[in-house]
Amino acid sequence: MEYFLTEQQKLIKSIARRIAEERILPVRAELDEKEEFPWEIIKDIANADLFRIFIPEQYEGMGEGSFALVIAVEELSRACAGVSLTYAADALGAFPILLYASEKQKQQYLPVIASGAKLTAFGLTESGAGSDAGAIKTTAKKDGDSYVLNGTKQFITNGGEAEIYTVIALTDPTKGSRGASAFIVEKGTPGFTFGKKEKKLGIRCSATRELVFHNCRIPKENLLGREGMGFIVTMKTLDSSRPGVGALALGLAQGALEAAVAYARQRVQFGHPVSSIQAVQHMLANMAMELEAARALVYATAKTIDSGAKNFTEEGAMAKVFATDMAMKVTTDAVQVFGGVGYMRDYPVEKMMRDAKINQIYEGTNQVLRNVIALELLRRKGLRE
Amino acid sequence: MNIIVCIKQVPGTTEIKIDPKTNTLVREGVKSIINPFDCYAVEEGVRLRERYGGKVSVITMGPPQAEEALRETISLGADEAILLSDRAFAGSDTWATSYVLSRAAAKIANYDLIICGKQTLDGDTAQVGPGVSEMLKIPFIAYVSKIEEIKDKYIKVQRMVEEGYEVIEATLPAVITVVKEINVPRLPSLRGTMKAKSAKIPVWNAAEIGVEADKAGIPGSPTRVVKIFYPKRTHKSEIFQGSLEEQVGQLAERLEKMV
Repeated sequence: MEYFLTEQQKLIKSIARRIAEERILPVRAELDEKEEFPWEIIKDIANADLFRIFIPEQYEGMGEGSFALVIAVEELSRACAGVSLTYAADALGAFPILLYASEKQKQQYLPVIASGAKLTAFGLTESGAGSDAGAIKTTAKKDGDSYVLNGTKQFITNGGEAEIYTVIALTDPTKGSRGASAFIVEKGTPGFTFGKKEKKLGIRCSATRELVFHNCRIPKENLLGREGMGFIVTMKTLDSSRPGVGALALGLAQGALEAAVAYARQRVQFGHPVSSIQAVQHMLANMAMELEAARALVYATAKTIDSGAKNFTEEGAMAKVFATDMAMKVTTDAVQVFGGVGYMRDYPVEKMMRDAKINQIYEGTNQVLRNVIALELLRRKGLRE
Repeated sequence: MNIIVCIKQVPGTTEIKIDPKTNTLVREGVKSIINPFDCYAVEEGVRLRERYGGKVSVITMGPPQAEEALRETISLGADEAILLSDRAFAGSDTWATSYVLSRAAAKIANYDLIICGKQTLDGDTAQVGPGVSEMLKIPFIAYVSKIEEIKDKYIKVQRMVEEGYEVIEATLPAVITVVKEINVPRLPSLRGTMKAKSAKIPVWNAAEIGVEADKAGIPGSPTRVVKIFYPKRTHKSEIFQGSLEEQVGQLAERLEKMV
């Protein structure tokens, strides 16, 4: 399929692919097994300037936008979704700053994010606030020239490894979600520590940790936007990041499809490669079709964002839900094509299947996002522009 | 810290074909790459620049298409790259090549360190690095696996020897050749690749670097290639018998017959 990539986008794709094939592929099984954070690869990604692509040029980025980010995430994820997520979660943590920071805050944080010298993370979820994000309990109390944070964030990707955190906390607990505000908190701030590192089903090389705030005092200049904007910051951040989750799913499915096709061509049963069996061919054909449809949707969404669209909540949700449901199915089918050995850790497809599941859950479960899509759909009375 | 890195463009294959008439490599249809050992040299140069400041200049002697290899070194972090190309250079052996490279280094001037890969994938002689140092009359250290420190016009390195390594100091400027243990070369960066695309690669000819015509190319090369051939694949094996001297004599006789 021709997606009309610019020269620059082709270059981003080829550089991300080289990192995936030369740096990630040889170590992905070991990273998964040891649940080891991929710092070496993150340095390679930084040296290749891939952290610059989603940061505007005036902050030492390359201003390539959402589509370029999608291409890079997809290529990295084709080799390992855990590594790719670490990269994508950095973009997630950067979006609140990109979207709502003051000029001074942007000057302070974006160049260092662009260089990849410091990773970022986004802290929203709490034990009592998953899909019901408005139920967060972490507070940020104004005290003179500071805010004092108290509470615990849960399941934070890049937690502990990142240096720059964008955190949502209540400045006015009486107002519920309208009392939420967004803050930048730097690692090392007194009162900011990390809780347990989660042991996960998949994406095991990515770090998932609690952020614990106990009388953590940050300067009032670290507020993003104004007080009470926390929920808007959250929604717009997630709208921007969801095509990236879709891209993660595309790469996973692409990797699984390639592995399944290669295996089906060489596995002999009944005297022929299993790829000559129509039942297997139809599975592979469905995998390829669904993947390509998802790719078209994710790419179109990213291009819509890059075109300057103001509201892309519905498109972002569709891209995320469709692509991640597809990836779950394609990776599961890849294991099926492999048969018994596919279930074994000697082959990569069981890892891909494990890695796929989380994509249907985080950054808005696929059920909650169907609510979001339906809401937008009903609002526009199902009509198309 | 100004660094010169010498590289060579080589055929990216282990299946070398030789033209039986000219006794030279058949380059048609084979993708050219930067000699892998030279990639470690470029990376080390860039790392030294990142640590001590200065400039990394890459040079290669070769035909016009070697410009492609030089461009790639810019995407890997080199500051500038110069192609040494002249018909007079054609057919240079390691002696003449060392001479041409040393002339180019003299023209660049103000260098503190010259880095080469330990040897090339096609020639495999490992002679050009030491040759350059001899012609420039500066110290030489082979098989460097780690640069420990550089200060006050001294360099301290670890060099690989058969059993372990030696720690050696030399005054600067010096020439070193590096082994693959020294680093893991980076992949090209986005900014570097964009810079490489538009980079100007100057071409220096014999006159520009003061190369005397009879010292380069075939006239300047003492090496004479009599014949290059593939050994015939036979499954016959033969064990020489007798005393050591007799066995060596038999072997020498056989080798002589092959040529």
